[in-house]
Amino acid sequence: MVCFNRVITFRNNYDNDATTFSPTGRIFQVEYAAEATKQGSAAVGLVSKTHVVLVALKRNAEELGSYQKKVIMIDDHLGVALAGLAPDARVLSNYLRQQAMSSKMVFNRPLSVSRAVYSIADKAQENTQSAGGRPYGVGLLVAGVDVTGPHLYEFQPSGSVLEYVGAAIGARSQASRTFLERKFEDFPNATREQLIEYGLIALRDTLAQDKELNSKNTTVAVVSKNEKFTIYDDENVQQWLDKLDSLANSRSRGRQDDDDDDDEDDDDDEAAAEQAETTATATSGDAPTTTQDRAPDAMDLEE
Amino acid sequence: MNHNPFHWGRPSDSTYGPYNQQIAHASNVNPMARQQQQSDFPTMHTQRPMMTGTSVLAIKYQDGIVIAADNMGSYGSLMKLDNVERLLKVGQDTIVGISGDLSDLQAIQRILNDLEIDESYDAGDDEDALAAGLKANHVHEYLTRIMYNRRSKMDPLWNACIVAGFDDEGKSFLKYVDLLGVAFASPTLATGFGAHLAIPLLRQRVDSEADVKKLTKADAIQLIKDCMKVLFYRDARSLDKYSMAVLSESDQKVEFHKDVKVEDMKWAFAKGIKGYGMPQL
Repeated sequence: MVCFNRVITFRNNYDNDATTFSPTGRIFQVEYAAEATKQGSAAVGLVSKTHVVLVALKRNAEELGSYQKKVIMIDDHLGVALAGLAPDARVLSNYLRQQAMSSKMVFNRPLSVSRAVYSIADKAQENTQSAGGRPYGVGLLVAGVDVTGPHLYEFQPSGSVLEYVGAAIGARSQASRTFLERKFEDFPNATREQLIEYGLIALRDTLAQDKELNSKNTTVAVVSKNEKFTIYDDENVQQWLDKLDSLANSRSRGRQDDDDDDDEDDDDDEAAAEQAETTATATSGDAPTTTQDRAPDAMDLEE
Repeated sequence: MNHNPFHWGRPSDSTYGPYNQQIAHASNVNPMARQQQQSDFPTMHTQRPMMTGTSVLAIKYQDGIVIAADNMGSYGSLMKLDNVERLLKVGQDTIVGISGDLSDLQAIQRILNDLEIDESYDAGDDEDALAAGLKANHVHEYLTRIMYNRRSKMDPLWNACIVAGFDDEGKSFLKYVDLLGVAFASPTLATGFGAHLAIPLLRQRVDSEADVKKLTKADAIQLIKDCMKVLFYRDARSLDKYSMAVLSESDQKVEFHKDVKVEDMKWAFAKGIKGYGMPQL
């Protein structure tokens, strides 16, 4: 990507390493890393007063290949969903597993969710201040339960961490966020089943026109105070898909009811927002604006 | 007074044979090497206790724990300090009682203080998170790791510690750990001389977890006071001034009593004791 910019455009001299600010105060390597997150398939997280749910859409590189793992268990009380470079996520989750084991070994207590997520945030931040390396190209949704209750955090390659009641990362995740923003007031008192259903509906909104959720491409994970981190894959996830009225995106289904109308509006908003974002970067003069950069399938990224 | 410990009333050589001097001069230095004025190790100043504190006592009662340790700092047999606080408060409601080397006690104090600071970073302004964070069982596990790590470096922290507090469920927690990293729990615990003199007295009242339910707070406090008195009578490294902490499970509170004095002592019997110390004049 770097070379691409340099050779074709001769415009951007500020993206060779993560230590150089552009004159507009941006660090392009970090922004490119955030872009890698957007290329990965979507992952959605939601929290109630008792449970945290992660749902994610798995991709397979080709018809005969296996699907890329999207949810990684860290400990009995903790797990992550990823969007972006899977190998980077593996490194981060291995580190988290070490931290979790160390907490058990040294203090005889489970690693707190905030401590977990800030430990990887510190690692990620270091990469945004050193010239030799690159930032992590993956975003994570960190879900877990500790003495202070259930928590959902979003981790970004920049090292920034925020806590959410509902969050979505990855390709077309804006559609999910729109749904979550509309429904989040119901989350705190939702049951385990309702929360998973909300998650799947949010995930469904990220699907491309011709795609459907199925037991091969959908992952569900739940954790609560009384339930160890549980991942539902393949045949085990079917029970949750059965609860949905439709497995396809509302856009694919066309205008059938009022809900669809809303969705369609939201999608327009999303498209508009994305357009605005592109325009903004274009006017700033030195960001990658090519559609090649944005097309998910153009890159050989992970999933 | 004769300050040579070997003149302090050892049973006669004719009865028990001559004293094995190697016991008093035990060393981790290879005796062969010592003869050649070499040693297996570089000079080590922290490999035996210098300034020491004596026993720590603790007992569980029906609604918590009573723990006590006196304020003496001994330099060998010399009573060097009478104001040493050996009951450390860690976090909101954990008491760590430490006997053994006092400089190592201070090292542990610093380690636990760092732990507390580290913990407060996590919790931020959230009082509840801070209270829920560092419980007695976590402190004890951490201390055990520290003690075992140091003994594995052949550089132990020369202490025996008793951790008293509440666990994650709010239940009373009482456990021991020493310089070898050995850890165990019991409803009655004592370190040092107390393990010989006080444990039998404590176990007369509380022999198992079932007996804990029968012991009231007032009785537990009185029992610990009596044991501190016995220790002051019979442990030559002890002091009649001590600190005592009383933990109660029902309100998750710790009462900390400082400068408690040993009361109702009777020393009349002392005149009759013969055969110890300098020949009586």
